[in-house]
Amino acid sequence: MSLSVEREATAPEAATPISGRWSSLVKELLATRRVMIGLVIILGLIAMAWIGPLLSPWEFDERDFGAFRSPPSADHWFGTGSTGRDMFHLTMVGLQKSILIGLCAALFTTVIAALVGAFAGYFLGLADRGLMWVTDLFLVLPQFLILAILYPLLRDSGWLVFVVLLACLMWMVTAKMVRGMTISLKEREYVLAARYMGVSHARIILRHILPNMSSLLIVDATINVSSAIILETALSYFGFGIQPPDVTLGSLIAEGARQALAFPWTFWFCTGLLIVLVLAVNLVGDGLRDALDPHSKSRT
Amino acid sequence: MAKFLIRRLLSYLVLIFLASSIAYLIAASTLDPRGHFEQMQPPPSDQAIEKELNKLNLNDETPLAERYATWATGVATADFGRTIKDQSVNENIARKAGVSLRLIVAGTLIGATLGVAMGAYAAVRQYGRFDRVTTVAAFFLLAVPAVVVAVILQVSAVWLNDVSGMRLLEYGGEYSPNLQAGFWGTLADRVQHAILPTLALSLSLFAAFSRYQRNMMLDVLGSDFVRTAMAKGLTRRAAMIKHALRTALIPTITYFTFTFGILIANATFTEKIFGWHGMGAWVVDSIATQDVNAVAAVTFFMAVCVMAASFLSDVLYAWLDPRVRVS
Repeated sequence: MSLSVEREATAPEAATPISGRWSSLVKELLATRRVMIGLVIILGLIAMAWIGPLLSPWEFDERDFGAFRSPPSADHWFGTGSTGRDMFHLTMVGLQKSILIGLCAALFTTVIAALVGAFAGYFLGLADRGLMWVTDLFLVLPQFLILAILYPLLRDSGWLVFVVLLACLMWMVTAKMVRGMTISLKEREYVLAARYMGVSHARIILRHILPNMSSLLIVDATINVSSAIILETALSYFGFGIQPPDVTLGSLIAEGARQALAFPWTFWFCTGLLIVLVLAVNLVGDGLRDALDPHSKSRT
Repeated sequence: MAKFLIRRLLSYLVLIFLASSIAYLIAASTLDPRGHFEQMQPPPSDQAIEKELNKLNLNDETPLAERYATWATGVATADFGRTIKDQSVNENIARKAGVSLRLIVAGTLIGATLGVAMGAYAAVRQYGRFDRVTTVAAFFLLAVPAVVVAVILQVSAVWLNDVSGMRLLEYGGEYSPNLQAGFWGTLADRVQHAILPTLALSLSLFAAFSRYQRNMMLDVLGSDFVRTAMAKGLTRRAAMIKHALRTALIPTITYFTFTFGILIANATFTEKIFGWHGMGAWVVDSIATQDVNAVAAVTFFMAVCVMAASFLSDVLYAWLDPRVRVS
């Protein structure tokens, strides 16, 4: 009785557009300074990576036979490598690949983690046992090792397969968190209501449970971007990652590290860009967590 | 409580077995030992290759299930087979596991302890100068991949040695070969070699832990039980350490279990970059030489390490959290 009165009283106000999930999210983000700084840096790096090669006077494969290992100059902005290739162009192409790998791998990881975690937490029982067991098994398998062993298979199959594999080895921790949240969410009234109305289980998970933990998923996807970039760097450093003619920041660092003292420009430019990239992504992830997670307001 | 630990231990044993089996199967089906022998100079005859492959249980014409069965029976009797150079894998493990364990244990102890201590202190002094400096340092370190940390340390060691004109820091190998300096000299030599790799490993661990511990501590500091502890007359220091830190350590221990796999991978990179002949460096080399048995053995070792860390955190968990002990 009193409820309906209250509702009537507030009805006219409710008629003004209530900000939806996404618009309130955007508003929250714009208000967080760290997120904005991080985003601006990332957008800057993306612009640099894709526009840079167009501005460079040198081609990707082109060698300057007059300048092997020459320091940065007006001709070669980042100097040249040991085969006379223009470091600026190489670094920009590597930056493109690293960004792409990070974004795609994080997307795949989060999708796998959300599905596995939500299904395990929603159905519990046997499905949960089985899925969590697989998760534990994946946690025990050393990811770096498995990717390195699989490398002979990957060598010829391009970078997208590599990205999918990267994602297959990174989803476990997020899946465990999603499972925990699902267990508590599935007891909420709106989930019960949906179930009593006869909505199918799969639809409840996709429409009601997963959107309600979108903040966790977004934060985690951001953190996964930087983990993927870091893992890729390590793999490429040992030659188990992306294969030539493709280059990433990781493979450039591997090459530059061998001559870091004699020819510092082959090492420091790509390393610096990698650090800036990961730093910016972490900045966004950290700010997002504070903005989206009500429990962590105190942590700023 | 003992029952809880025993049950965990049993499931860990199953996981270790499965993880090494999977690694063996993947390695046996993707690596190419035949190619390794065919590339030798001078190339051996086909019969010789065949004979060698059969002897080492690496022949890709033997069905995978049969090779796996041979390998598994060997492992059941604690024999990991022969490496591709026909040495005993067991002897190699005995020689290399210690090197890796020294690095991992020292790195973990230094990194985790410093990280937890500094993170907790930073939380108590939130927004103070110490807090700001450690937060910025941790944030920056987290953005640098472990490989790059190791390489940068190595490059700066070379630079430092050049500038000072002495060998202040060693950056290659685990000890100087042919050193005749008695017990203390050898010890000093080993420590000198160990500084940089241990530092490389503990830096990233320190960054992750100090950040995590700071957040957990901040969550706890405002709680009622900490206030009550101080209200009933405990000194601030005792309340912080006995009540706040103890509670805040529980999630950190879970975090430790999750990140231990990454730590082992980082140890692999560190060993390889600093030229330590440990398990990690061995696995990178054995993938290059198509050495299936060695790869499986290292996976086994790493799975055991991860499980040991999980078990350790189970014990710590039970020690810190009375609720686990009671139920």
